Amino acid sequence: MENFFNIFIKSIFIDNMVFAYFLGMCSYLAVSKTVKTSAGLGIAVVFVMIITVPVDYLINEYLLSPGALSWINPEWAGIDLSFLSFIMFIAVIASMVQLVEMIVEKFSPALYSSLGIFLPLIAVNCAILGGSLFMQEREYQNIGEATAFGLGSGIGWLIAIVAIAAIREKITYSNIPAPLRGLGITFIITGLMGIAFMSFLGITL
Amino acid sequence: MTTESKKKEPLFSAKNKKLFSLPLFGNNPITVQVLGICSALAITVKLENAVVMAISVTAVIAVGNLIISLLRNTIPSRIRIIVQLVVIAALVIMVDQVLKAFVYDVSKQLSVFVGLIITNCIIMGRFEAFAMANKPWPSLLDGIGNGLGYGIILVIIAFFRELLGFGTIWGYKIIPESFYDFGYKDNGFMILPPMALITVGVIIWIQRSKNKDLIEKN
Repeated sequence: MENFFNIFIKSIFIDNMVFAYFLGMCSYLAVSKTVKTSAGLGIAVVFVMIITVPVDYLINEYLLSPGALSWINPEWAGIDLSFLSFIMFIAVIASMVQLVEMIVEKFSPALYSSLGIFLPLIAVNCAILGGSLFMQEREYQNIGEATAFGLGSGIGWLIAIVAIAAIREKITYSNIPAPLRGLGITFIITGLMGIAFMSFLGITL
Repeated sequence: MTTESKKKEPLFSAKNKKLFSLPLFGNNPITVQVLGICSALAITVKLENAVVMAISVTAVIAVGNLIISLLRNTIPSRIRIIVQLVVIAALVIMVDQVLKAFVYDVSKQLSVFVGLIITNCIIMGRFEAFAMANKPWPSLLDGIGNGLGYGIILVIIAFFRELLGFGTIWGYKIIPESFYDFGYKDNGFMILPPMALITVGVIIWIQRSKNKDLIEKN
């Protein structure tokens, strides 16, 4: 239990998807103009990640990694399908995103219209594929750890996008040098937030 | 296909040349269209990694654009995102295997970011915006142009980060030993993630102060 909690906290603050690995930057920059929309997108990302990471964990463990097929037939222990992982992971993500899109369209049409084009683009949100690939690379021991990692990374991304959206709402009132307005200043603020998040380095529970 | 477009217009007509050159500076994918930031920042600690990444992305986007453009009339629009993802994923798997075979060290350092070429928004963006509506030859040029536009920014960022962070370029010591004797120190901060963001911010600042059209109202 303590282990799960440790992974959870670590993936929110220390290995934050945005500040430590720059994943999901495209939608992070494009949708962070208002807090409301960014919170909606953030929640959608959390939802997609908490499902895709464990599913991809099972696929990796029982189908793709070297010797994974031995549960079907002991003779297949020598088969290594890990080169297929990219295509399998992205297929899982794309179908999950389709599902989330349908759910959001059904239950919250206002959110659906404000997220606009970015909802299908969650499929190409690097944070989500990145989550699955990091899960594969770090070799988590069981599905619980993978789920904790997926949830934590999603929440970390949510915190990051809501924080930058709040700052950007305020910053419209500031007098910024013209060439730096909009995109430029957002990059620099994100860098400064990244420096702030580095203060969490080395925390263990 | 190329012969077909040849009849209508020369292979390197002004329009086609523009497709190729516009993304390099005027409509750069990173600093203007704001696509493909993720990988641009994460792998620019060393120049070598940045160049390998730029070549990989250019290859994927050019070939992918060509394939999507050839298939554009047969892809049903409802499932086009999945079709596009499959094309990209197949190309990225090939790139990944090639990198593992020939430049294993760099491939290890790039780690998950090779796989993340799949979700590089530049590629999806070009497929959606260009290849789905244009002939194969312009699509190929557009792909190469955007790949190189991405590569240029990558190389600029990596150049400064490696120079200031390690005092080296492509692994060779550039800052002379005598500087260190005077008390010059490598700025370890440049190697850390946040400085990549600030470097991009400064590049955008410089580009926009040269090109006033790009300034956002806000």
